[in-house]
Amino acid sequence: MNSKTADRIATGAFIAIAIIIVSILAGLFFYIFINGLKYISFDFLTTPSSNVRAGGGIRDQLFNSFYILFITMLITVPIGIGGGIYMAEYAKPGKVTDLIRTCIEVLSSLPSIVIGMFGLLVFVNTTGWGYTILGGALALTVFNLPTMVRTTEDAIRAVPRDLKEASLALGITHWHTIKTVILPTAFPSILTGAILASGRVFGEAAALLFTAGLSTPRLDYANWNPFSEQSPLNIFRPAETLAVHIWSVNTQGLIPDVEAVSSGSAAVLVISVLIFNLGARWIGSIIHKRVTATK
Amino acid sequence: MAIQTLTRDIFDVKDLNLWYGDHHALKGINFPIQKKEVTAMIGPSGCGKSTFLKTLNLMNKMIPSVKITGEVNFDGQNILNPKTDLVELRKHVGMVFQKGNPFPQSIFDNVAYGPRIHGIKKKKHLDEIVTKALMDVALWDEVKDRLSAPALGLSGGQQQRLCIARALATKPDVLLMDEPTSALDPISTLKIEELIFELKEKYTIVIVTHNMQQAARVSDKTAFFLMGELIECDDTAKIFSMPKDSRTEDYITGRFG
Repeated sequence: MNSKTADRIATGAFIAIAIIIVSILAGLFFYIFINGLKYISFDFLTTPSSNVRAGGGIRDQLFNSFYILFITMLITVPIGIGGGIYMAEYAKPGKVTDLIRTCIEVLSSLPSIVIGMFGLLVFVNTTGWGYTILGGALALTVFNLPTMVRTTEDAIRAVPRDLKEASLALGITHWHTIKTVILPTAFPSILTGAILASGRVFGEAAALLFTAGLSTPRLDYANWNPFSEQSPLNIFRPAETLAVHIWSVNTQGLIPDVEAVSSGSAAVLVISVLIFNLGARWIGSIIHKRVTATK
Repeated sequence: MAIQTLTRDIFDVKDLNLWYGDHHALKGINFPIQKKEVTAMIGPSGCGKSTFLKTLNLMNKMIPSVKITGEVNFDGQNILNPKTDLVELRKHVGMVFQKGNPFPQSIFDNVAYGPRIHGIKKKKHLDEIVTKALMDVALWDEVKDRLSAPALGLSGGQQQRLCIARALATKPDVLLMDEPTSALDPISTLKIEELIFELKEKYTIVIVTHNMQQAARVSDKTAFFLMGELIECDDTAKIFSMPKDSRTEDYITGRFG
């Protein structure tokens, strides 16, 4: 076989693989949307769920998903970026640094159900909080943090060394160089890392079952006092997320319209992830363009 | 300071030795560098000329395995003293690199970067500094209408002049240039050389170059490095017409390197 034929076969094989990937994704979306879109209505999105009767909505679950995501990222992003900066800029190469890196990798590959059990022991029982949004967010942080640290470290290492040298040679301190040159340059990759981490939070059920719980108290969306029991903003209340809701109606739901609620929820979940992804990228590119002065 | 009034040396390097791990990269260098002159350093690859340049603003302290002994006196202070404030030193000793390395920001922000972080906040003051620095490097006319455009959109030669402007904006006394034209076309190279000629009115310039014609064109003093040793340092005219050392002669006549 001559090299031209080999080249043609290789090109064909890669195109075939790409088509397979795209068709799996398209098929999945198509299936979810065909099954779910017909159940999505304004009522479905704005009424609370019901345990026994048909016609319940997913208002609280949808809010909980976004709120847990928000709290998780509030903890994960600063600590993760800080850890990544440390690993890339301050940690001296050696056995201790290698050990830290190994620990981070192991942590990110722990099964989420194990993290859920750990969360139950620590954030639910030891603290005495019971099932809470904060407990759920902390459990999610446990497996999101390593990803965040790793992507930040890689993003910083990918910044050209001569930019760092140029800044230091101007008599700029290490910290200012990180803040004004390195982080803005690494920003797009760090953002991608944060978006991937967020996607996991949206879809996670196992780690939240035992930490944020399977129920949501009666919420009053006019109550914005975060210390009030009825307030949706209270971080010390149980909160069932959309992913957990899908799991629970399918396994132990007593409502007659299980099919409708779970298909509708699945479609809403996928659409939410899509909107969040595209939105985050769009905002990210605006910020990046402003910083780098590109149009 | 009394010594300073007697000599015009801004740098006085005494018995400088430098190791990268086990590699002895600079061997017993003694080298005074005079104020407001252009000193060129020539020599084959790996002779230590760039290493020497990066010792003058201690950029090579970034390499973990580096070990430096001897004295590097800048304005009468030995900068090898561990107490040396690197930030302060580098404000006085600016550097221009081999390849133009502007930050991925606007043209204005690149030049304003140093002064801004060193505490100049007023827009009007920054405007003055940026305008002056860009005029100094003869880039003002080319970019004055698009100061907010990205610096990475400039040509290679313009980027390099922008980097020189960025270094000048922090008002250094000395400008170190590490092969500043090696990545540029002949016309851009000529512009940078003209610039060096004008800048020496105000600044002390130390330039590393691969190009002997360039050393002959722009410098007052030329130093020839070989295998980590400073072989010879003298007026440029003398080095190129009647070098004392036969190795210098061999190098500049192209017999090796």
